[in-house]
Amino acid sequence: MAETSHPHQITGAEILIRSLEQENVKFVFGYPGGAVLHIYDAIYKQGHFKHILVRHEQAAVHAADAFSRATGEVGVALVTSGPGATNAITGIATAYMDSIPMVVISGQVPVAAIGLDAFQEVDMVGVTRPCVKHNFLVKDVKDIASTMKKAFHIARTGRPGPVVVDIPKDITANFAEFVYPSTVEMRSYNPVTKGHSGQIKKAVKLLLEAERPMVYTGGGVVLGDASELLVKLVQALGLPVTNTLMGLGGYPSTDKQFLGMLGMHGTYEANMAMHECDVLLAVGARFDDRVIGNPEHFYNKDRTIIHVDIDPSSISKRVKVHVPIVGDVKSVLGEMNDLVLQEKPQQSPALKAWWKQIEEWRGKHCLNYLNNNGFIKPQYVIEKLWDVTKGDAFVTSDVGQHQMWAAQYYKFDKPRRWINSGGLGTMGVGLPYAMGCQFAYPDAQVACVTGEGSIQMNIQELSTCKQYHLPIKVILLNNRYLGMVRQWQEFFYENRYSESYMDSLPDFVKLAESYGHVGMLIEKPEDVEGALTDAFAMKDRFVFMNFITDQKENVFPMIPNGKGLSEMILAEDL
Amino acid sequence: MRHIISLLMENEAGALSRVAGLFSARGYNIESLTVAPTEDPTLSRMTIVTSGSEDVIEQIIKQLNKLVDVVKVLDLNDGKFIERELMLVKVKATGGFREEMKRMCDIFRGRIIDVADGTFTIELTGSGHKLDAFIESLDKAAILETVRTGASGIGRGDRILKV
Ligand SMILES: Cc1cc2nc3c(=O)[nH]c(=O)nc-3n(C[C@H](O)[C@H](O)[C@H](O)COP(=O)(O)OP(=O)(O)OC[C@H]3O[C@@H](n4cnc5c(N)ncnc54)[C@H](O)[C@@H]3O)c2cc1C
Ligand SMILES: Cc1ncc(C[n+]2csc(CCOP(=O)(O)OP(=O)(O)O)c2C)c(N)n1
Ligand SMILES: [Mg+2]
Repeated sequence: MAETSHPHQITGAEILIRSLEQENVKFVFGYPGGAVLHIYDAIYKQGHFKHILVRHEQAAVHAADAFSRATGEVGVALVTSGPGATNAITGIATAYMDSIPMVVISGQVPVAAIGLDAFQEVDMVGVTRPCVKHNFLVKDVKDIASTMKKAFHIARTGRPGPVVVDIPKDITANFAEFVYPSTVEMRSYNPVTKGHSGQIKKAVKLLLEAERPMVYTGGGVVLGDASELLVKLVQALGLPVTNTLMGLGGYPSTDKQFLGMLGMHGTYEANMAMHECDVLLAVGARFDDRVIGNPEHFYNKDRTIIHVDIDPSSISKRVKVHVPIVGDVKSVLGEMNDLVLQEKPQQSPALKAWWKQIEEWRGKHCLNYLNNNGFIKPQYVIEKLWDVTKGDAFVTSDVGQHQMWAAQYYKFDKPRRWINSGGLGTMGVGLPYAMGCQFAYPDAQVACVTGEGSIQMNIQELSTCKQYHLPIKVILLNNRYLGMVRQWQEFFYENRYSESYMDSLPDFVKLAESYGHVGMLIEKPEDVEGALTDAFAMKDRFVFMNFITDQKENVFPMIPNGKGLSEMILAEDL
Repeated sequence: MRHIISLLMENEAGALSRVAGLFSARGYNIESLTVAPTEDPTLSRMTIVTSGSEDVIEQIIKQLNKLVDVVKVLDLNDGKFIERELMLVKVKATGGFREEMKRMCDIFRGRIIDVADGTFTIELTGSGHKLDAFIESLDKAAILETVRTGASGIGRGDRILKV
């Protein structure tokens, strides 16, 4: 310890802990190491938050990320320097791509050792720069408190995102007085919240006069907690609505005005309506390439686009929009609702005709699947999961076909219930995401829908789940393939299944049991519902359900790469 | 089209790398980039010369504004502005070259700032075009070394970029 203690001075590590306390942090997900030993010692002595010891730093960041997705609060992870820090990168990039507010604290070698290739030194600020909203290297113990205040402020305001705070070891041992700022003033950072009233008026007028209106909403509605306002607006105007993968639950999926998810694996009706509409209201969605397909094809039809987003750089990035509205969803939708309320809109004949057209598209029942070949259909498992959990579970997923089936067949009626990696598409998030949700809501039903490829990317977390008695239910849709890769190889590489078959899988039942969990093997369609019921009845047990599914099932509809929204391949086409 | 973007950012370690990283990560062109502290030492002023379609330039401005350390961004091409760059050129100054170099230097209003045995070093300020023109008009064989600062830009009249 460098300096001696003055009466009101505490160590940097203690300042860090007190800062977290000031931010009302309830959980810190982390893993110790040399550079953070002072911090861990301060954690040992405190009683304000719970530290969750994971088995790999990537999982710490994913769990903190899911905690945030499920609650709306800022997630917090703590890792050591060097390998601890680099292990965290995938987690940070995953959160960044989906705009999740997080603060990741990393240890660093002592200030004097920086730049000397010291043991476990890595330039964390440099390495994370492209995948954080912002990052800090704290070089003076006096700056810890104000930096933490800024980090939380930046993470949660504007377009949210992860912030890294890198703290050299000696800084956590030095002494300073603890003063936590009550406000943040940054001349360089003042995100807009209120939308332009003139533009909002124009938008409402366009929607009222539209003949074929359509609403497309994304993660921004979930992140901005604006679901209720969205429902109000959409229902007052009688509009059709679709959600992106990240926006699911932002509008209740079981409502008749909901057309399902859109995009590469979206429904026929959502994609057709998106393509054929004359006025499109996009809210908190970023016209991703997996959503509108080929932008040139999208331009084939004329439509007026209104785009509400808090980040100006999301607007007119991939698709030119006509009425940009920069602002917070809550504020903008609130204002739109007020204007609509004054209008008392009636359903126009044009809107009636538009709905008739939409019902025709819906009549294709594009999500129907054949369930008669004796194998367990993955879609069926998800439908039964919905039944058994009464549509009210937190569902996390990994990345692959199982992710798409979960998105298509579990009808999310509430926001923050569907927790998955959309932007980065990170295999391995499922189990740590389930952990984050279960910590946030200990009594809730949490299901992790996964594949045998993905689950093995963070399988070590079964041990964490045991330590903290997390009653998660793993729904493994085991197709013995990297199914999403195999599907592309089937469609676009003439069935050359290059390295997409999974050989030598573990006996997942025994594996789960070896960690002290319950394992179940389900091989027949008629056993699916009973097994799920049994598993969810074990309210205090972690249950690993290995469903042996139809190996070559594919995800439909599908827009092939480079094609447009109306160029879907449907199951019935094959 | 070529655009000159001026920006003010917090004068903090790593600030430059955030801007440079943004341009490389998103594949934007950088023709030149200059940076130095301002009269307020907590602020750095940067001039970036870039090129791209109007859509790309719009994204560049938005992305720069999004950087947490950036205080203000101005696309100088949105109005009237002045652009200046400094160049130092070391040239051969032997025999016939000696008079020729002095003459060219006068025509372009440069200054000879170092005279040595057989070489001159010329200082020249102006727009990028003017500096290019100077180089063009010299005998290639006479040029020993050149160094340019990259452009600095400022708005005309009451176009002021300040916090
Ligand atoms: C295998 C796979 C397949 C996929 N297939 C599909 C598919 O078929 N369909 C699909 O939709 N996606 C699909 N995706 C996901 C896709 O890659 C994108 O992640 C997703 O479409 C982006 O969703 P979003 O547009 O809602 O944006 P998000 O990434 O959720 O971004 C949110 C937007 O809202 C803004 N915002 C945030 N907060 C606020 C606020 N308070 N107020 C206003 N605005 C705010 C942000 O600035 C941002 O522009 C797939 C991913 C994978 C891995
Ligand atoms: C970390 C990572 N590596 C590779 C990929 C590419 N990828 C996307 S889906 C997929 C297959 C996933 O297989 P599995 O988990 O078994 O799910 P399935 O598609 O079979 O349902 C792969 C390899 C990825 N998304 N993430
Ligand atoms: Mg699989």
